[in-house]
Amino acid sequence: MASGLRMMEIRLDDRPHGVDDGITLADLIAQLGHLPEQVGTAVNGVFVPRARRVAHVLQPGDAVLLFQPIVGG
Amino acid sequence: MSHDPWQVGGITLDSRFLLGTAGYPSPQVLRDAIAASGTQVVTVGLKRTLAAGGDNGFVSIVRDALRQQGARLLPNTAGCRSAREAVQLAHMARELYDTPWIKLEVVGDEHTLQPDPFELVIAAAQLVRDGFVVLPYCTDDLVTCRRLLDAGCPLLMPWGAPIGSGQGLLNPFALRTLRARLPGVTLIVDAGIGAPSHAAQALEMGFDAVLLNSAVAQAGDPVAMARAFRLAVQAGRQAWRAGVMASQDFAVPSTPVGGEPVLLGAAS
Repeated sequence: MASGLRMMEIRLDDRPHGVDDGITLADLIAQLGHLPEQVGTAVNGVFVPRARRVAHVLQPGDAVLLFQPIVGG
Repeated sequence: MSHDPWQVGGITLDSRFLLGTAGYPSPQVLRDAIAASGTQVVTVGLKRTLAAGGDNGFVSIVRDALRQQGARLLPNTAGCRSAREAVQLAHMARELYDTPWIKLEVVGDEHTLQPDPFELVIAAAQLVRDGFVVLPYCTDDLVTCRRLLDAGCPLLMPWGAPIGSGQGLLNPFALRTLRARLPGVTLIVDAGIGAPSHAAQALEMGFDAVLLNSAVAQAGDPVAMARAFRLAVQAGRQAWRAGVMASQDFAVPSTPVGGEPVLLGAAS
């Protein structure tokens, strides 16, 4: 099965984003150039812990949000 | 005055001044303000990577400053409009900042940024079950505050006025009522404080601490203002411990002349 050659579309931070079919959340974070500990992740509005990103296979249409530390009041 | 510590979630603190980190003119000013404040708790947030566009090193400055003075991070759920959203963001904050402390914010009105009491209680209950130390930003409504305590919050953070408004303690009656009806509960005035006198007033009323951001960050000299707040908080706390006199509606002579005229007798 040539899953690595097929593409699908997800939404990344509210924008369309093409990824390999079967990509994991951990792989997506790496492709984007983020260190795992630098971002928090949510898929379809649900927090995905760092340790579970490797096993979290993204599906077409999934909405992925990434968060980072920022100053705040 | 003797040593006067207090506690948050089992952690003993000396400073009663919690400081926000947003809106400072530069990372260096933020670093110096944290040092001048003497704070042991600083608030931080989370932002979508798409919208953040980098933070120009502010967060690393915060982390450095905290290491230097042994302070703790208090991440918030700013921007959340529902319990579900706040719970998810809190979990993210715990992972990113490695702390179970969360300043729980769930906004119910866009204009005043007033907390939504219903969503707040739902989120607090869930987060307590999930092992968080929940510090809820709430209004001064007594019944809501009781529900938050019932949900397992170890303390409460009622507003003095809307966030960033700098109006001070707009409803002293409600705040005094909270203090009187919730004896023994740690209460922190959070939001609305604009001047050191407001902070002193809160401590004089028996509140345990204050949390503020804009009043320092937006000052002409944030570092000097952080120092001013530090002193005001100390003064207010010492006044509370010393016992502020009761106010009354009539004059009472402070000079003990026995109520008699000194020289000429009663006026005819």
